[in-house]
Amino acid sequence: MTASVTPEIATGQTGTVVRSTAIRRLLKNPLGLASVIILAVIVLLALFAPILAPFGENYANIGKTLAAPDSVNILGTDSSGRDVWSRLLFGSQITLLSAVLCAAVAVALGLPAGLIAGYYGGLFETTSNWVISILMSLPGLIVLLTIRAAFGPSVWISMVAFGILISPSYFLLTRTAVRAVRNELYVDAARVSGLSDLSIMGRHIFSVVRAPIIIQTAGICGVAIAIQSGLEFLGLGDPTMATWGVMLSEGFKNVYLTPTLLLWPALAIALTIGALVLLGNAIRDALEDGEKIKAPKVSKVAGSVKANTGNHAVQKGTEHHLVKVTNLGVGYPQADGSIKKVVDDVSFHVDRGEVLGIVGESGSGKSQTAFSILGLLPDTARIVGGTIQFDGNYTVQPGDDRVNQQRLSKIRGRRVSYIPQEPMSNLDPAFTIGYQLVTPMVRVLGISKSEAKKRAMKLLEDVGITYPERTFKAYPHEVSGGMAQRVLIAGAISCEPDLVIADEPTTALDVTVQAEVLDLLRGLQSRLNIGVILVTHNFGVVSDLCDRVVVMQNGRLVEEGDVREILRNPKEKYTQTLLSSMLEGKTPMTMLVSTVEEVAL
Amino acid sequence: MIKFVIKRLASGVVVLLAVSVLTFSLLYAAGGSIARNILGDTATAEQVALKEHELGLDQPLFVRYFTWLSNALKGDLGSSWFSSEPVASSLATRVPVTMTMVISAMIIIAILATLIGSAAAVKRGWVDRVVQIGAVIGDSVPGFVIGIFLVTILAIQLKMFPATSTIAPGVPASAWIASMALPVVALIINGVTGGAQQIRSAVIKQFEKDYVRTLRSRGIGEGEILFKHVLRSAAPAGLTVLSLQLIGMLGGVVIIEQIFALPGIGPLAVTATSQSDLPVVMGIVMYTVVVVIVVNLIVDLLNGWLNPKVRVS
Amino acid sequence: MSAATPVSSAQGQESGNLLDVENLVVEYPTKVFRGKPFRALTDINITIGRGETLGLVGESGSGKTTLGRAVLGLAPVTKGQVIFEGQDISHASRKDRRALSRDMQVVFQDPYTSLNPALEIGAILAEPLGVQGIPAAAAKKRVAELLDQVGLPKDAVNRLPREFSGGQRQRVAIARALALSPKLIVCDEAVSALDLTTQARVLDLLLQIQLDTGVSYLFISHDLDVVRHISHRVAVMYRGEIVEQGVSGIVTQTPVHPYTQRLLLASPVPDPDRQAVRREERRRLIDSQRELENQASIPA
Repeated sequence: MTASVTPEIATGQTGTVVRSTAIRRLLKNPLGLASVIILAVIVLLALFAPILAPFGENYANIGKTLAAPDSVNILGTDSSGRDVWSRLLFGSQITLLSAVLCAAVAVALGLPAGLIAGYYGGLFETTSNWVISILMSLPGLIVLLTIRAAFGPSVWISMVAFGILISPSYFLLTRTAVRAVRNELYVDAARVSGLSDLSIMGRHIFSVVRAPIIIQTAGICGVAIAIQSGLEFLGLGDPTMATWGVMLSEGFKNVYLTPTLLLWPALAIALTIGALVLLGNAIRDALEDGEKIKAPKVSKVAGSVKANTGNHAVQKGTEHHLVKVTNLGVGYPQADGSIKKVVDDVSFHVDRGEVLGIVGESGSGKSQTAFSILGLLPDTARIVGGTIQFDGNYTVQPGDDRVNQQRLSKIRGRRVSYIPQEPMSNLDPAFTIGYQLVTPMVRVLGISKSEAKKRAMKLLEDVGITYPERTFKAYPHEVSGGMAQRVLIAGAISCEPDLVIADEPTTALDVTVQAEVLDLLRGLQSRLNIGVILVTHNFGVVSDLCDRVVVMQNGRLVEEGDVREILRNPKEKYTQTLLSSMLEGKTPMTMLVSTVEEVAL
Repeated sequence: MIKFVIKRLASGVVVLLAVSVLTFSLLYAAGGSIARNILGDTATAEQVALKEHELGLDQPLFVRYFTWLSNALKGDLGSSWFSSEPVASSLATRVPVTMTMVISAMIIIAILATLIGSAAAVKRGWVDRVVQIGAVIGDSVPGFVIGIFLVTILAIQLKMFPATSTIAPGVPASAWIASMALPVVALIINGVTGGAQQIRSAVIKQFEKDYVRTLRSRGIGEGEILFKHVLRSAAPAGLTVLSLQLIGMLGGVVIIEQIFALPGIGPLAVTATSQSDLPVVMGIVMYTVVVVIVVNLIVDLLNGWLNPKVRVS
Repeated sequence: MSAATPVSSAQGQESGNLLDVENLVVEYPTKVFRGKPFRALTDINITIGRGETLGLVGESGSGKTTLGRAVLGLAPVTKGQVIFEGQDISHASRKDRRALSRDMQVVFQDPYTSLNPALEIGAILAEPLGVQGIPAAAAKKRVAELLDQVGLPKDAVNRLPREFSGGQRQRVAIARALALSPKLIVCDEAVSALDLTTQARVLDLLLQIQLDTGVSYLFISHDLDVVRHISHRVAVMYRGEIVEQGVSGIVTQTPVHPYTQRLLLASPVPDPDRQAVRREERRRLIDSQRELENQASIPA
């Protein structure tokens, strides 16, 4: 196995690099730092308890029971005259050790079992599932009571038992992660490279589960401490040991005399578990890619200043355009307060009955432009400039920093509608296709359900579905992708809109189905005389449907014009490059964009 | 659907049997000298042997198990070794108290966690921050510690509630409510904070789905999207969380009942455990597992009903 | 049907082909107890010569990806043989596969999931080298060569995949495939997820590599234009079967099989007037095919 030496070293190196940045990010987070400090202090106190504690854990001064704090007993004494501070210190030893024992047992059982079950499945997985369904149907405390009844009071036995009981949480976590990774293409690539299963698990799969396991362990330790203390509180722990649970129990017995006895162990428990919980959260945050984007106050203030409630009139002479976008800018606030623009200074218009194509590569801002017309940008998006008007009224007025939802909700679904890219994910899997067609009509047009059903049948027939009745009753998972896209098109035209915005409507479909859907769209568009904004990366689709074309790159509008003009005589260099990348009409086996030397650059 | 229910019931019975075998062998194989425990140190060897014979402890383990099982199938779970009270009848008087609390706590958790979690997901801002902080606090303070403080402050110091239960057969409902108010509060706090957090993330995840955007584009209002589509899709995740919470609560309620001195399963379990009163412990484990199996069956049925792929086929 | 034994019929050796797939059948067991297995591939026969590219075109679910995976040993071979350089590899063991990985590599579609996000580019490229026991220093040198070959900067070694664009990641995947100077690379939709201009550059790169190294490609794609551009020969898959195969220029321009004919005319051309003509041709073709079908279904 000399072969595996090289990659192993590489993994180690990579691992440390990744981890060190995560640790740095963890310590930068104030809550993360606080939790690390609290835990470190508790661990140190536990380690040096024999030195730090002024009294033995069971040393009882019978002459000084339930004493208030003084210079000798800094937290007072309990009902047997034992020093509370000393007992707290010794208690931390047992508490921490038992939590670690429990987590260790749970990891040792759950992690390997989860790896094997997730990677190989089969009989091992079936058997594990049975064991787990049994373990998970047993309440922890009841099991610990049973163990106590069988084996007598022992912290260690009960924590081993609880470790076994809670191991499914690691099993499930690992198995889910492994299953997700097992089908990743990089695991296939590793298999093609001849890596053994063991190397694949160690190299590609363990690295994925490592972080979730650490987070889970923080939580499990907290749960172990809680349940351990609970058991001791019931008086079922080892009476010879000073533990926080036993101290709580004693405090509760004297609750009428000295309720403060309850306070210290409760505080210790809450502080320790709380620090573990915060640590887990902080690790999760540290590992999550990309810092969380805080809504910057600057833009909020700017927005509130600029927020104008009055209705501006659109520029004279532009009222007749169905949609007019003027100098539109869309951006996303970043963590450092800057705004990342994804659409910058874009202007175009669409008239009634006209098909406008927005063409561009990924990251060109074409979809963001379309969604700002629909008012369906993500919550974090901001309009950073320009206006949008629909049928002579602003939906984004000069100075608005968001799309005005009030104005848009009056036209969305009614006058503007949307055809998405992925047919399947755009239907709610829990409702029938019929329901999803009927409801918008009932809500928007205010017609009765039976009337809407009649219309829906007609629509399904119009979009070329052979058995409308059957499709109407079907759930989305029962129809094909092509049929689902027809259903979505039916939905888009159901309320007789003036404008349809189609975002890559055929990209997810097979070429033969794409041709059918294009035929359908063309037929509907000319019959109903609706305006269409078609967002696509495919010039073939553009030439099939569009009257005019807008070319976008990196958020900016590069070129605009008649479809024949743009496709045959593009003026801009970028449009020329795009068109020269097309394969249609090229000599096979020749270089497309690069000379031979350029390939290597 | 019927086939599905029968399948789940059958697997429930298998789990029940497996747990009974496991528990029985664990309890009876591990215990050192059960008879001596019962009789005390002063008993003579003959007395111990006689007691062992009386309890059937001189027979092989599997014979004892099958005796227990055949009796259990007839509804006889044996009798306490100490009080001689039949296990089945002491469970019957105590289960109503415990289950009243557990069920009302679960209903309150389900409602509050859904409302708070959805509010945090939709409104974000300060509501969200409060929920996040609440989740950390809820995770940090075990339910029984909350119970201790509720009793100490509200019942003992401020005397707003009875410190010990007044529940007995025949007392009016108002006494039940007064006695159970604080215990239920102690039971729900962790559940509500944790559950709200989980429902919040499930709802946020659903709101990011493509179909939500399409629904908006069709002119469907935000309220309808949340209550009809998003919460429905988030429900399976929520149900799983709730069922796990309920399983945990069956243990947690033992401590809570002890704190509030309620005549539920809790005190019985604690006494039986400390005395190693094995028939009683065995009975309590069986009752718990039956409750869990029923709950899991209900959750499975609800999930099946929510998922058209299961429902249709 | 034992693993990795010299083929008795010696058909592969006689033909001198790099890869021969003969009467291949792939079936997946269904979850249903004693259910009929799902047949993904039926009676597949293809060959690839040295330095040759075979384009495999078909729609989603046609089985083209399964065929590529069966060649790579990632899908179970139920019947038939996969013969590589005269060796039957249809049931090759993990150890045999390790040896084979010198000669046979893969580039997948999605450059986002085909690279482990947690590993640096250097570690990703060194992986196939490490398996073959190449010492670290030599591997490091080879990684630098590879980055150069696919046109990536040298400092990419210490960077993570997420720092690169889709096209650059696909270059990394190509570099990984090239690491051991293989004789055959299976390209499974290798350019499908890329933008138009990026796709053109990656196609150029693949052609250049073939010119330089004489590698063979099994090039799988749903896009007839891409397959026509890069392949010497083309095979068309439909519902788990190969319905037509032959020289690229003929199959992609004057196809015989009705499905290939439909496929050809379905893909829109980037000119409104020519597209209008093509639309018309497609409509006529579908009408005539439907008529033929109706005639065939009338019982004689």
